[in-house]
Amino acid sequence: MAATKQNGTGKLSANGQNGYKVIGTRPVRPDGVDKVTGRAIYAADVQMTGLLHGFVLRSPHAHAHIRSIDTSKAEALPGVRAVVTAADLPEAEDKVEDLGEGAINLKYLSDNVLANEKVLYHGHAVAAVAATTPHIAEEAAGLIEVDYELLPPVMTVDDALADDAPILLETLRTDSMGEIGAEQTNLASFFRHQRGDLDAGFDSAHLVVDRTYRTETVHQGYIEPHAATASYSADGQIIIWTSTQGSFAVRGQVCEILKIPVSRLKVVPTEIGGGFGGKINVYVEPVAVILSQKAGYEPVKIVMSRADVLAATGPTSGSNIRVKIGVDADGKISAALAELYYEAGAYPGSPVGAAANVSLAPYAIDNLQVDGYDIIVNRPRSAAYRAPGGTNVAFAVESVVDELAEKLGIDPAQFRILNGAKENDRRPDGLQYARIGQIETVEAIRDSEHYQSPLEGNYRGRGIASGYWNNWGGQSSATAVLNPDGTVNLNEASTDIGGTRASIAMQLAEAMDIEYEQVKARVVDTDTVSYNDVTGGSRTTFAPGLAAYNLGRQLLEEMKSRLADQWDVAAADVTYEDGTFSAGSESVPFVEAAGLVQREEPLMASSTVHPQDFGPGFSTQCVDIEVDPDTGKITILRYTIAQDVGKAIHPSYVEGQMQGGVAQGIGWAINEEYIYDDEGHLLNASLLDYRMPTSLDLPMIETILVEVPHPAHPYGVRGVGEVNIVPPAGAVANAVYQATGVRMDKLPISPANLLEAMWAKEAEEAELVPGDD
Amino acid sequence: MAKKIAVETTLNGEETIFLCEPRQTLLEALRDNLGLIGSKEGCGNGNCGACNVILDGVLVNSCLVLAPEVEGRSVVTIEGIAEDGQLHPLQQKFLEHASLQCGICTPGFIVSAKALLDDNADPSEHDVRLWLAGNLCRCTGYDKIVRAVLDVAENDA
Repeated sequence: MAATKQNGTGKLSANGQNGYKVIGTRPVRPDGVDKVTGRAIYAADVQMTGLLHGFVLRSPHAHAHIRSIDTSKAEALPGVRAVVTAADLPEAEDKVEDLGEGAINLKYLSDNVLANEKVLYHGHAVAAVAATTPHIAEEAAGLIEVDYELLPPVMTVDDALADDAPILLETLRTDSMGEIGAEQTNLASFFRHQRGDLDAGFDSAHLVVDRTYRTETVHQGYIEPHAATASYSADGQIIIWTSTQGSFAVRGQVCEILKIPVSRLKVVPTEIGGGFGGKINVYVEPVAVILSQKAGYEPVKIVMSRADVLAATGPTSGSNIRVKIGVDADGKISAALAELYYEAGAYPGSPVGAAANVSLAPYAIDNLQVDGYDIIVNRPRSAAYRAPGGTNVAFAVESVVDELAEKLGIDPAQFRILNGAKENDRRPDGLQYARIGQIETVEAIRDSEHYQSPLEGNYRGRGIASGYWNNWGGQSSATAVLNPDGTVNLNEASTDIGGTRASIAMQLAEAMDIEYEQVKARVVDTDTVSYNDVTGGSRTTFAPGLAAYNLGRQLLEEMKSRLADQWDVAAADVTYEDGTFSAGSESVPFVEAAGLVQREEPLMASSTVHPQDFGPGFSTQCVDIEVDPDTGKITILRYTIAQDVGKAIHPSYVEGQMQGGVAQGIGWAINEEYIYDDEGHLLNASLLDYRMPTSLDLPMIETILVEVPHPAHPYGVRGVGEVNIVPPAGAVANAVYQATGVRMDKLPISPANLLEAMWAKEAEEAELVPGDD
Repeated sequence: MAKKIAVETTLNGEETIFLCEPRQTLLEALRDNLGLIGSKEGCGNGNCGACNVILDGVLVNSCLVLAPEVEGRSVVTIEGIAEDGQLHPLQQKFLEHASLQCGICTPGFIVSAKALLDDNADPSEHDVRLWLAGNLCRCTGYDKIVRAVLDVAENDA
């Protein structure tokens, strides 16, 4: 039975949530005071003696051959210490490695860091300068002369797949389900998931809706620009301080690009000012290292500008999507087809694979086919963005689902319950679900005060949508040191983007039956613990949390064993209850025991985990909007999100993830897009023109935490970070239909796009009713 | 390279003299010359508010003020918000409401919210949202930030 909680109802009761003492409470995070006083050290805050400042010169063209680069004038400028180009990088191998979140060809990785022979997007890094001040470095970069031979830009799926399309990567061949093509192409790969009998399913359908959609490129929009400092010693030892979701992912990429062994590089993760998937790939880190080497081993810091962040990092794919779904007369889905064309940017690797898994995941469907196409274009190499690929395809699928429900006269929540996926049903790629909470999230929305309340007024509408994200386990390692004063130092390597020091420490405290305040959680560097995957895939409370649980159990067992020796009893006879160890007449509270057991020998524990059984997340959301018919501007009146969170360890941070994902999804739905001119120049590389939601654009975001515990975690944890961004675009589009009668077939539903669609509908209706004006 | 100039100002209540290049912004001077790293650069052109400081009682983007402009004036940064080792109520409520996730925008929000409450002790939710629209947060969806500011206003009223 799922439990639900509404936010805004005050503190959750401690000491009573399923008997938990710490889990379910809302303590202040360990890094909180430093972050509200300005003391926390982020990547751009790193200072050291002799520090040089780097600046990266970027391509003003979308697609060009580099004929030559002349750096002599830059090198001659006083204050300049080093200038580098791709010629200063080792020659990269044309091979594929998994270095973080997904596989990457090392040549593409290296070429993206500094362009080699060709630039593939406006903003592609071409050269870099290190100088005594940032201003001199920037001035010097302007003196570098690059001779380009311009090539026609390839900006969209349609451009890239055209018969006579210019080729971006000379050696690329299509990987079609493992079969490698013979021709040059911009189609990097194709795959198909298939089950049942698609044709029979559509033939038997009572009603079929078949639509195509377009979504634009969007950016993660973290407020902290990328920044890194490299200290490269003459003995070859390297330290990089950087803002990253994965210190080990940085180590892996930098070592592959520079062809050095991992033992020579220590990566120190600073505090990270947002990532959302965009701080996994390296950009400036290897450049800072080679600049440092060339500058006589002086440390070099590179801080990216906002314009460079937008032009050359991050974004997630624009896409063309076709969705066709058939239903029988009772509203049961009889067949579904999805065709997903995702723009990977300049190098292969769009999230189309994940998108295929998301596409029809909330529904139980016997006959389906999902086709995925990974396509390269002259835009920045795409990076992960919160439930990568999910928002695009959910916008399409949830729009079709809404249209089907409407045409059948079925309530859209009821339609989703009727067709909802549950335990033992299968994802589009065949993966079978364990216990999941999709239907529970729909029921939570259906039964909410929001959904039950009337919505009145012209140009107002309400929409709902569902979404799925598979989450992740990943590899984690952590150590715990028992201090003689009864506190525990928890050393873990997952950078803390949203309160995970707290949510991991809480699980250690719960496992040891001690107070949260007794655990000192810290994020450590790559030399201090073993390999640890990125803070991504909604895995950090789940998998490092599991390691923390193991650490607590190990420390307790060892404490029992040592007390048994001291008391001369069998270890099995020592009990630990209510914070006190006992055996026979002996008894000692935890804090005292912490000193007692370490008189002869110190005590620490380590844990490494790689859980394969991670619980997927589902979310259903409801939005009320109002459209200004004169301007096309959408106002969000009310928003409610229900999400299956497994078990909320720190409910405030779970709510925060839900609210943050919704806010990003709303931005994606109604405003955010990369705007390019015909030559492939990015026209809106600023936060004024790339318009993310402000506080004035949003209402309070109501959260309903549905708790369907994940069976494979001791506390029932599921990832909570990502699924929340999947439904908003679909929910908003469905609300727009109710408000205006227009079914939007593209994102963003910006004022211009919405007005155009409303006028087109008016014109169509005027034609249908001649003389009725 | 231009000659450095000396600027005399009141910084977080203390008389301060610092050297800067004429082309340096106040944000650069605070961070690189004075070691006050709490003000953050998110955009460098006045769109994100992460660098906000209070200049003679007025909220400004320190990335849009040249450092020599603060000659003879008073600057309050995030480092000057807590007094006598005690967190300001805004800082306390940001912690209690979990109003920060990554925390990079937090100093700017706290400085901005202080400027609001200095001016209007009893703001409505709309007042808070309108005032803070110059500060971008990408993590929280603003819900818990707005609640924290309203909570401080209610408790001070």
